[in-house]
Amino acid sequence: MTIFSDIGRFLLMLKGMFSKPENQKMYWKELMHQCSEIGVGSLGIVAIISVFIGAVSTIQTAYQLVSPLIPASTIAQIVRDTVILEFAPTLVCIVLAGVAGSRIASELGNMRVSEQIDALEIMGVNSKTYLILPKITAALLMIPLLVVIAMVLGIWGGRLAGTAAGILTGPVYDKGLLEFFVPFNVIFALIKAYVFAFIISSIPAFFGYYVKGGALEIGKASTKAVVVSCIMILFADYLLSALLL
Amino acid sequence: MIEVKNIKKSFGGKAVIQDVSCVMKAGQCNLIIGSSGSGKTVLQKCMVGLFEPDEGHVLYNGQDFTAMKGEHKTAIRKEIGMLFQGAALFDSLTVEENVMFPLSMFTTDSFRKKLDRVNEVLTRVNIVDANKKYPSELSGGMKKRVALARAIVLNPKYLFCDEPNSGLDPQTSLVIDRLIKEITLEYKMTTVINTHDMNSVMEIGDYILYMYQGQKEWEGNNKEIIFSKNQRLNDFIFASEFLQDAKDMRMLEETGQIPHHRNIFPKKDQHL
Repeated sequence: MTIFSDIGRFLLMLKGMFSKPENQKMYWKELMHQCSEIGVGSLGIVAIISVFIGAVSTIQTAYQLVSPLIPASTIAQIVRDTVILEFAPTLVCIVLAGVAGSRIASELGNMRVSEQIDALEIMGVNSKTYLILPKITAALLMIPLLVVIAMVLGIWGGRLAGTAAGILTGPVYDKGLLEFFVPFNVIFALIKAYVFAFIISSIPAFFGYYVKGGALEIGKASTKAVVVSCIMILFADYLLSALLL
Repeated sequence: MIEVKNIKKSFGGKAVIQDVSCVMKAGQCNLIIGSSGSGKTVLQKCMVGLFEPDEGHVLYNGQDFTAMKGEHKTAIRKEIGMLFQGAALFDSLTVEENVMFPLSMFTTDSFRKKLDRVNEVLTRVNIVDANKKYPSELSGGMKKRVALARAIVLNPKYLFCDEPNSGLDPQTSLVIDRLIKEITLEYKMTTVINTHDMNSVMEIGDYILYMYQGQKEWEGNNKEIIFSKNQRLNDFIFASEFLQDAKDMRMLEETGQIPHHRNIFPKKDQHL
């Protein structure tokens, strides 16, 4: 029963977000703040992960392609498609669920426990619109951008590792990147990024907004938010792959 | 003026507020007192709309707040200021930004005008040179005063205070009490205070509602409370020997006689 009641409350929370802002300027300011927190704040970790994922992909693909009949440029094709289709959107979003998701859950949880959300409501501010909507909107704006950056950095990391290890030369890697390129793969990755961005922002917001108790419960809500977000990302990943590919 | 009419509220089948009615007048400090778990916080949250009562009505100057929806409710809420138990200042904002928040949200004033108003209310609550500090850098008493400044910055008609003295030393508590009293008179607000602080009761209790197990047990003012014969109230408010003595001394001053068998003066051979 709890899961149905939670789904119901989650939907009501989403419905409650959509009301006329009391002051457009204040909401815009909050949206920009959240864009900076989610986007710029996560850029470093996304960059590091992406470069290393690309590098490891190149080395491991080369390790498995032992046949001399397969051209070296194939390594670049495999790295490109793996990074675009899976690593950049899914892995980066799972990391973001930990970085941004836990921050959203603990921030809202702390605001709930210390009565800051009640203070907003007493002032006549719709706390769902002011606190949750900018976070979801910022995630929908910034996470696809981070995924695109992750794609570029991942492929570049692969090139860097491939040339450094002497697996293949730069021009061969570049040639491989252009071979059999399917533009739909990028669109598919962006669709996944939007879906995952919604999951990463809305689920932690739900767990944080409705937290009850004290510091211990905030920690538990934060952990639960990350776990549920990761499971939902993997489930959505499977569903989207089955439906769209 | 706030009228509470037959409010009932229960959680999970357990009645927390049972048929409470009262009238809280403007320009005075209205205190809700009672031991922990007596329902005073729930009653206050029903009054401000954070909880929806199961039955009953809350009327703000004759307008039924409990029956209101949407914009009408928001309009009343804009006339309410609230001082929370833990101050509830926004952690990520400075003192200045915290106090300016309601002004930025609900007015179209220029930054200069808003800043002037912020400085005016901060001076009123005796906070100086702390505009750029964050809540984490303030003491408990300062946080309460900043929260009070934020609560009154929009000139509200109604001020709610939930345990304004909790966690404060007696001297700071007295400062906060007097500040609330002065501001109430100055702004002619209807102030509702949840407390179990004896000093507050005697100092600023223009109207006192005593709650016992979710019910209204007694009502009166800080003069009448001295002469109350309600045993539960006396057990609660004059719990210690010291407070009982203080009460008897006050009665002696007022009536010229000690009301019962207790002897407040030590015997000659009794060493204190």
